[in-house]
Amino acid sequence: MAEKKAERKAEEKEEEPRIGVYVCHCGVNIAGVVDVKEVAKYASKLKNVVVARDYKYMCADPGQQLIKDDIKEHKLNRIVVAACSPRMHEPTFRRALEEAGLNPFLFEQANIREHNSWVHMKQPKEATEKAKDLTRMAVARARRLEPQQKPKVKVERAALVIGGGVAGIQSALDLADMGFKVYLVEKSPSLGGKMAQLDKTFPTMDCSACILTPKMVDAARHENIEIITYAEVEEVDGYIGNFTVKIRKRAKQVLEDKCTGCGLCAEACPVEVPNEFDQGLGVRKAIYVPFPQAVPLVYTIDDEACLGCGMCEAVCGPEAIDYEQKDEVLELKVGTIIVATGFDQFDARRKPEYGYGRYENVITGLEFERLVNASGPTGGKLLRPSDGKEPHRIGFILCVGSRDAKVGNPYCSRVCCMYSIKNARLYKEKHPEAEVYIFYMDIRAYGKGYEEFYRQAQEEYGIKFIRGRPGEVVEDPKTKNLLVRVEDTLLGLPLEIELDLVVLAAGMEPARDSEKIQRLLRLSRSADGFFAEAHPKLRPVDTLTDGIYLAGTCQGPKDIPDTVSQASAAAARAAIPMAMGEVETEPIVAFVRKELCIGCRICERTCDFGVITMVDRKAHVNEAICKGCGACAAACPTGAMQIRHFTDEQIYAMIEAALREETEEGGREEVKAEA
Amino acid sequence: MAEFEPKIVAFMCNWCSYAGGDLAGTSRLQYPPNARIIRLMCTARLDPAFVLKAFAEGADGVLVAGCHIGDCHYVSGNLKAEKRVKMLKKLLPELGIEPERLMLRWISAAEGERFANTMKEFIALVKKLGPSPLSVSARG
Ligand SMILES: Cc1cc2nc3c(=O)[nH]c(=O)nc-3n(C[C@H](O)[C@H](O)[C@H](O)COP(=O)(O)OP(=O)(O)OC[C@H]3O[C@@H](n4cnc5c(N)ncnc54)[C@H](O)[C@@H]3O)c2cc1C
Ligand code: SF4
Ligand code: SF4
Ligand code: FES
Repeated sequence: MAEKKAERKAEEKEEEPRIGVYVCHCGVNIAGVVDVKEVAKYASKLKNVVVARDYKYMCADPGQQLIKDDIKEHKLNRIVVAACSPRMHEPTFRRALEEAGLNPFLFEQANIREHNSWVHMKQPKEATEKAKDLTRMAVARARRLEPQQKPKVKVERAALVIGGGVAGIQSALDLADMGFKVYLVEKSPSLGGKMAQLDKTFPTMDCSACILTPKMVDAARHENIEIITYAEVEEVDGYIGNFTVKIRKRAKQVLEDKCTGCGLCAEACPVEVPNEFDQGLGVRKAIYVPFPQAVPLVYTIDDEACLGCGMCEAVCGPEAIDYEQKDEVLELKVGTIIVATGFDQFDARRKPEYGYGRYENVITGLEFERLVNASGPTGGKLLRPSDGKEPHRIGFILCVGSRDAKVGNPYCSRVCCMYSIKNARLYKEKHPEAEVYIFYMDIRAYGKGYEEFYRQAQEEYGIKFIRGRPGEVVEDPKTKNLLVRVEDTLLGLPLEIELDLVVLAAGMEPARDSEKIQRLLRLSRSADGFFAEAHPKLRPVDTLTDGIYLAGTCQGPKDIPDTVSQASAAAARAAIPMAMGEVETEPIVAFVRKELCIGCRICERTCDFGVITMVDRKAHVNEAICKGCGACAAACPTGAMQIRHFTDEQIYAMIEAALREETEEGGREEVKAEA
Repeated sequence: MAEFEPKIVAFMCNWCSYAGGDLAGTSRLQYPPNARIIRLMCTARLDPAFVLKAFAEGADGVLVAGCHIGDCHYVSGNLKAEKRVKMLKKLLPELGIEPERLMLRWISAAEGERFANTMKEFIALVKKLGPSPLSVSARG
């Protein structure tokens, strides 16, 4: 203990703390509940506090200037701001310190907004007391803060893009055009994602494949892009600038450099299984490409369906088939990662009242897209699944699995109104005599040209919009026709409408394997289950893990224009550290007080990351790979192992300050030091 | 005499629970003001001595909150915290402290409501237990 104290003294002796405390009003957000003047006055009496002020907006320029001026005028060497959450503005204030020539780590923020004024709005007295306590705790910690240097690390000029939908393709193309190497990893055998499955796209009615496939080809041809399909990320290690990623590339049993994509093998293959690409409505062979324009145009043997009969091998001219091919594990080094894993369609069976899965003539939006698509299973003719007849009366039910707390999806999927109107219009164009209904709660036509598109559907196409969420769909077992029961909430009338086909606008959900990606990359998810951005307004494509960004629907429901814009944004964000060539990283890592280390190796065993080794029978930390979790420090029996910026003394000081007033602290070591 | 207002110290990880607290704030969820939160990067940093120190200084309850199992930013920091809390719960009765005064909760960054409910629940529970035997002596 004596040694420990001695060392602490040595660290402190450089300078007596001179602390400035700033209590923010945040307009009325804090000052409307907390008596900020009283808090500032209280703070001014705390030991080592040289100035204490309150101000309207500390984060605004004049607020920051106040700090900077005081640092110069009063020779402050520690700053405490009592304001919003440090997760909000810590970087802002740290920068202000830096600009005033003070080390940015000599800063501590007390959270008196999110953790106080906003959650105790009806208890101004208690909130004011709590604000004082939180400020006292921050001051106690500030006294013991030490300057830290942010280590600089080199950034690998290569990026990993996970997911080859339109989002992933766009991000990859942008980064590649900027001159960075890109690895584009897609789990299915081809790029394209859901957009490749769509027929036309609202509101312009471009054919989806016509605008997507050129991009896929560009990606394939780009010298900076390496496309890795039928592959998944297995392991991610490292940090911004230096990620090491393991990719399992599943065996296609077809050699990519030999296959010419001629398709003779598939013709020869005797096995037929439902085609995922057509939502299981059509069939494919055991050796297949998901769709004719697949990129890369390389066939894949579906191991589960393959009989091993050898027919494909027999007809393959370039001898591309290799039944013995094994999975390959690739190890990549990248500086940044973009996640673009997309969405999955809501499983409409979870709304049993609509009969999906039980009634043949109830289909989903994505199934409709395949059935009207010229390369789809019916050659583009929409036929009823039950009898192969053209339907005359079609109804689209919106918000299936969206805006529905009962199935756990209170959010809006944002595209279903528009794609249903699109599909209704498409059908009306070909069959002007058809009766087409749309059952809606509200129509959300928020984009450029969308409202106009909707109006036309109503006025020019004669599509009937009925406001009401259908209670149920019942099948007539003989005709297989469907009876939709709905209350028209505009007319206040219960209706029963007989239809030949019902299309459910099944909403968007996070991709089924989001959880796996979340764990691999240490991401957070928001309440809706989609990946969470670092800040909903100001950092919409960053994640809280430096160097990892989000593109497209993996972050939340989006249409194609929004997906593409966000993908370009993610590419631009990811390019910043790669263009800079080096980044600063957090200095919050473990360090050893050698004189206290007894060489027991407990820390070494506790660390999951292999950071600690023993050098001369004392613990040694490899700072470059330490994550700063603190497990070692918590386990060390002597206090030798510490975490920078989270030392035992700093934490003890906060505990003490949380539970008692400072006067009681008088007589403690540091008080004596002053006297 | 005024109603007993317990003093609570809470240790929370930066990535999940502290952020969950921020979300409770932005969502304006109201809960009682008894807790004082100390932010750690991860619950892995929770030295059992911190908890003992808090009780020794007069805390009536200590709340530890981190990411859900599997979600810890450092893979398994929360599992380590869980072990330490279990160990502490065995030790506390030896010091005359009811083990219920120490609570461990997993609260994600998206669970503002769970955060507020945890606060309500824990504070009510400690209220029911009354002042900690150590806190009585600490307060003299
Ligand atoms: C029925 C329907 C109709 C639509 N119509 C329109 C329209 O007309 N106009 C419009 O603007 N929008 C429309 N949309 C929306 C449009 O489909 C999406 O905006 C777009 O597909 C989103 O692209 P994405 O790249 O984010 O996701 P996705 O298209 O889902 O692509 C994600 C890709 O990532 C891959 N992936 C997933 N997980 C992993 C992993 N772990 N590792 C590797 N790869 C992975 C997937 O295989 C997939 O290829 C429609 C949507 C639906 C459902
Ligand atoms: S802080 Fe965590 S990662 Fe760093 S050495 Fe300690 S246990 Fe290992
Ligand atoms: S646990 Fe502490 S004392 Fe033991 S080897 Fe590690 S640093 Fe040294
Ligand atoms: S980061 Fe939250 S418990 Fe480890």
